[in-house]
Amino acid sequence: MSDQRLFFTELLGLKVFDLKGRTLGVVKDAAIVPLLDPVRVDRYLIGSGAAWLTVRHDQVRAISLDGIHLRDEILTPYHSDEYMLRVVRDLVDQQIIDAQGRKVVRVTDVTFEIHPENDGEVLWVLDVDIGLRAIFRRLMQGLLPRPWIRRLQVGIPPHSIRWEFCNILEPDPQRRLRLNISNRLLEGMHPADLADIVEDLTPEHREAIFENIDSEVAAEALSEVDPGIQASILESLEAEKAAEIVEEMAPDQAADILGELERETSEGILEEMEHEPKNEVRELLEFKEDSAGGLMNTEYVALPETATVEDAIQALKSNEELMETLNTLFLLDSEERLTGAVPLARLFLHDGATPLRSLAVDTLIDAPVTERQDRITELFDKYNLLALPVVDEERKLAGVITADDIISVLREK
Amino acid sequence: MWKRFRYHVAIFFAVIGPGFITAMVDNDAGGILTYSQAGAKFGYLPLWTLLPITLLLIVTQEMCSRMGAVTGKGLSDLIREEFGLRITFIVMAVLVLANLTNMIADFAGIAGSLEIFHIPRYVSVPIGAAIVWLLVVKGTYASVEKIFLFACLVYVAYIVSAILVKPDWKQAAIYSVRPVLMLQGAYLYMLIGMVGTSIAPWMQFYLQAAVVEKGVTAKEYKESRIEVIVGCIAMSVIAFFIIVACASTIYEVAPRDLLTPADAALALEPFGQYAKLLFAAGLFNASLFAACILPLSTAYSVCEGLGFESGVNHRFREAPIFYWLFTGLIVVGGAVVMWPQFPLVKMILFSQVINGALLPVVLIFMTLLINKKKLMHEWVNSRFYNFVSWAAVALMVGLTMALVALSIQDMLRA
Repeated sequence: MSDQRLFFTELLGLKVFDLKGRTLGVVKDAAIVPLLDPVRVDRYLIGSGAAWLTVRHDQVRAISLDGIHLRDEILTPYHSDEYMLRVVRDLVDQQIIDAQGRKVVRVTDVTFEIHPENDGEVLWVLDVDIGLRAIFRRLMQGLLPRPWIRRLQVGIPPHSIRWEFCNILEPDPQRRLRLNISNRLLEGMHPADLADIVEDLTPEHREAIFENIDSEVAAEALSEVDPGIQASILESLEAEKAAEIVEEMAPDQAADILGELERETSEGILEEMEHEPKNEVRELLEFKEDSAGGLMNTEYVALPETATVEDAIQALKSNEELMETLNTLFLLDSEERLTGAVPLARLFLHDGATPLRSLAVDTLIDAPVTERQDRITELFDKYNLLALPVVDEERKLAGVITADDIISVLREK
Repeated sequence: MWKRFRYHVAIFFAVIGPGFITAMVDNDAGGILTYSQAGAKFGYLPLWTLLPITLLLIVTQEMCSRMGAVTGKGLSDLIREEFGLRITFIVMAVLVLANLTNMIADFAGIAGSLEIFHIPRYVSVPIGAAIVWLLVVKGTYASVEKIFLFACLVYVAYIVSAILVKPDWKQAAIYSVRPVLMLQGAYLYMLIGMVGTSIAPWMQFYLQAAVVEKGVTAKEYKESRIEVIVGCIAMSVIAFFIIVACASTIYEVAPRDLLTPADAALALEPFGQYAKLLFAAGLFNASLFAACILPLSTAYSVCEGLGFESGVNHRFREAPIFYWLFTGLIVVGGAVVMWPQFPLVKMILFSQVINGALLPVVLIFMTLLINKKKLMHEWVNSRFYNFVSWAAVALMVGLTMALVALSIQDMLRA
């Protein structure tokens, strides 16, 4: 049904006729008012002489390549309106986020569908066009008759994004509300994909995204972003919002990022944080970045060495948020000194009364908080570790380094 | 001893940033030979152009880095967003054309430098092209960039040489500040080429992208500015000594056109038997360095402006236009040079004239952009900056038209 399609390049410059078939002007722009309807073109802006007129969608009888025929010719002058998303001004040639393809793209053209409504015809936004075919249309627009362009473009592969997967970029918070821009699409993405997208944006748009999305999503995405950019994002946010995001991060990552900031900024963020995560992060900040202390995180599960499998299961139930990545339990003596490590999987092979002691690995590998980064990676490689406990001078368990921390270290080299 | 050396190397690289790299790449095959030819043919006369060229270079480079820092966007992105697709397409076509000629010049530089050692171009050019392509695609370029930069120290040879050949410093000083204008085809050709090689269209795109990539913000921008200015001055100082060395070793013997790159090696005469070696090493390094940066920077700019996927971290299937573009530039640039009768020096000089003639196109849009309050806020251009860049546009258009008019006149006469 390609006849029911209309490209924005075709709509531009289309003649508008009144009831008697006289030309009133040509289309200069089209506007969507997302608060009223997210897909329908609400207004057409018509240029006739110096002034622009506004045609409401319900004043149109028919739209085709031959022109727009009105059924009501009482037109009002155009006034700039904050609620309008204007295609030429706000959409075409600008960057948007393609939430399905998970990347930042630049809009070249827009495809509409001509749709009957109350005895008239309206345009629905169907796709945003990027790629060669749309570029061809833009370059030829006005140089060749519209039907020729349609015929000639067939040989070029199309590339479009469905309108519902498009996320408009708008840094101004008030205008975001007026244009009804939600963060639903961004929050639904994998944090790592969101992080890639954020890296491609300008600082202004990065800030707008982190200012607005859910803190938990923001925290996950932020920890995946390139370290240099992480710091500049946090610096651009209000301390309060930054603190909310940092609280949601794993303490070791939070400490890494805060360590990158200027002292004043990071203190400001720490001040705004809740008591408990703040202290954990502060402790981690004391360690050198490239030492065991700097690499470790303080999210682990440790039990007294006298505990049983049943106790362990109970302890895990109360630490559910750690379960995604946890693979080792640690045993401590009465003085909180590290005495053993139990691979999580072994719990499933023994009944509840079995003492954890008997399930511990034969040789316990650990590292002091001051150990150098390259020694740590060596240990991981040599002993094929998934997690390495880190102990302080009194052999008390200070934190755990996990394999994913090591992967990050190696990637940075 | 080794430790001391390492320490000095560390300091050397500490001052290096996008501005300095751009300036060094700017002295590529086109640069070296254009300055050599200027000195060989016109002696000390062209020295006066270096002051205005340096000023314009600083102004344009500063504008780009300021735009990058304030907007966080590349130059082609800004042109697209503010002037639409058609203009972007035209500017990108200009950029691709200018850079294709630069690629030809750089492969001619590779061929010419190795022909001094009797390595035929059928061998040197394909191998050079393959090295460039692999360095870029395999992502190893970043690790060799510092080697290229360090090898730029070869230019010091020109300074040493220019001092050893005892040039007429009084004349050099006078002509450095005394403008000489002649309505003569060869002279205009040289002027346009000198501007084109010093302030090439690609540099504006490359530098702005590098500033954005580095994440320089409007606040930290002052430090970048110093680096940009230092880079520009370093480039001009090298140009000055190349011209002086050529003026005193070639022009003072007999003014003439350079026919082969080996002719330009005469400027390093005081190094005796090593002169050719030094010259060839410098030319080879500069050509290879530029041949790595140019196609990549072109492909990035074009893809960003037109909205295609770009980046060597993508697979070919994901970013076909990006890969085709920069592979195309390398292959076509190399293939043209392989033609047996290809006049190396002539074409290198011609490529820089093309760059000079196309520069106004880029400069016009840069100046329009940087005066937009909406984009630049309080960082819009000052009146002085606007004066310099509009004057440069007018001057370059004027020179180019005069050159075209003279050429047509010559043709009619013949």
